[in-house]
Amino acid sequence: MKKNALACIAGLAGVALAAVAQAGTVRDDGLKPYEVVGDIAIPKPLTDKPGDPANGRKLVANRKKGNCLACHKIEQMKDFLFHGEIGPELTDIASNMPASEMRLRLVNPKIVNPDTIMPAFYRVDGLYRVMKKFQGKPILTAQEIEDVIAFLVTLKAPK
Amino acid sequence: MSRKGKNMTTGGGKLAAVAAGFLLAAGFVAGLSTPASACEECKGKYEVEGRKSGYLFSNPETRAIQDDDFANGGMLWVEKGAELWNKVDGKAGKSCASCHGDAEESMKGVYTVYPKYVQELGKLENLEQRINRCREANMGAKAWKWESDDLLAMTTYIGYLSRGMPMNVKIDGPAAPFFEKGKEEYFKRRGQLDMACKHCHYDHAGQYIRADLISEGRGGGAFPAYRLKWQKIGSLHRRFKGCNKQIRAQPYKAGSDEYVNLELFVKWRSRGLPVEVPAVRR
Ligand code: HEC
Ligand code: HEC
Repeated sequence: MKKNALACIAGLAGVALAAVAQAGTVRDDGLKPYEVVGDIAIPKPLTDKPGDPANGRKLVANRKKGNCLACHKIEQMKDFLFHGEIGPELTDIASNMPASEMRLRLVNPKIVNPDTIMPAFYRVDGLYRVMKKFQGKPILTAQEIEDVIAFLVTLKAPK
Repeated sequence: MSRKGKNMTTGGGKLAAVAAGFLLAAGFVAGLSTPASACEECKGKYEVEGRKSGYLFSNPETRAIQDDDFANGGMLWVEKGAELWNKVDGKAGKSCASCHGDAEESMKGVYTVYPKYVQELGKLENLEQRINRCREANMGAKAWKWESDDLLAMTTYIGYLSRGMPMNVKIDGPAAPFFEKGKEEYFKRRGQLDMACKHCHYDHAGQYIRADLISEGRGGGAFPAYRLKWQKIGSLHRRFKGCNKQIRAQPYKAGSDEYVNLELFVKWRSRGLPVEVPAVRR
């Protein structure tokens, strides 16, 4: 119950901040502004520069960056050993989910599922006891989020 | 002190009867099981009322090392602990044996009831801290440092003397508020990755996270455990720190109130599971 309330606040905060951003103000947490639509998607890219799918693939594997393989199996990445089984397989994700929804999943999946284990990759507020060297920094930068999405939209299972 | 010692032993005595049945069953099962089998057979010992020990999530090679005292690196710490037991140290000119006599009698079952509430302290105390209180107050010796070979050896030795006995910490009465705090820790999200212990060990136990099979995070009867990754024995608090760091959360100090409270919660989650000290984990 408490968690749901928190998620609502996070959702509202996202909208409020986006409104501020449209007026040309910088967010005070240093992150790029974004607008959450319908609690399910962030339609606009976080950066003007298009994402780089090759770099995105690296970030998905990198244990110090996305480390998505810790939890998700991706058939197209069999060149890396040990794919986790915590989250749904992403092998065909591009057939099932638009980029706008992937963006929210990466930025802050707690807006979709408040109880999820999946980290918010682009968030610095509302966290507790973050190690000093990671304080005030998101796990991925805005450009890195776009790079990962550019890779995810290529993931279609051969039919 | 000696009065308390007696209480602990009496508690242990009652438990010993339960443990005897346990050990019989375990010995019987161990004879049948081959290390390579997924451990359906050893569940009798390592699963109690649906609560599973980390042993059942270890791979067969690691289990085989734990099952063989000659291969188990943790046994070196047991031997060292047994030596320290009789070693005179400190201003009072005493060893542990001077007050407690034969450890195999006086320390049997002791491991299973820690951490416990201590009135003089007004809070919980775990086994490492109890050992150090004896050193300072009764031996006039210096407290051993956390994670030092000596403290690990003594804790491991005392744990070993309860091997096979069921974990049995108290969480009611004056321990209750500390238990609640420990439980809160287990369920509170933390770190840059924003996870609570429960996200891995309740929600996703039995699933692989990259190359690691996640256990139920009980660990109560296992530590100090010999971790292949550490290449030595290590405390439960060291394991807590590791779990905190991997989600980029600021860990607490070993021996902090926060970790002792968390230890009580984790050991309560392990109630009924057998003491495995020194367990072997990857
Ligand atoms: C610690 C585990 C974990 C990590 C790390 C993780 N995820 Fe997830 N992910 C999940 C879980 C669990 C779900 C299922 C939905 C939920 O819990 O909200 C999920 C859901 C998703 C979904 C929606 C899938 C669907 O079919 O609905 C996408 C897309 C996704 N993750 C992408 C990623 C990417 C890309 C990364 C790395 C940058 C990543 N995840 C890292 C656990 C994780
Ligand atoms: C990102 C996932 C994750 C989180 C969050 C996490 N752990 Fe773990 N934990 C693991 C993995 C993986 C292992 C090693 C495999 C195993 O034994 O479960 C482990 C091992 C353990 C063990 C040893 C179990 C045994 O019997 O050997 C204990 C105890 C433990 N964790 C407690 C905790 C506590 C307490 C917290 C919170 C402070 C926590 N964990 C948070 C993943 C996690």
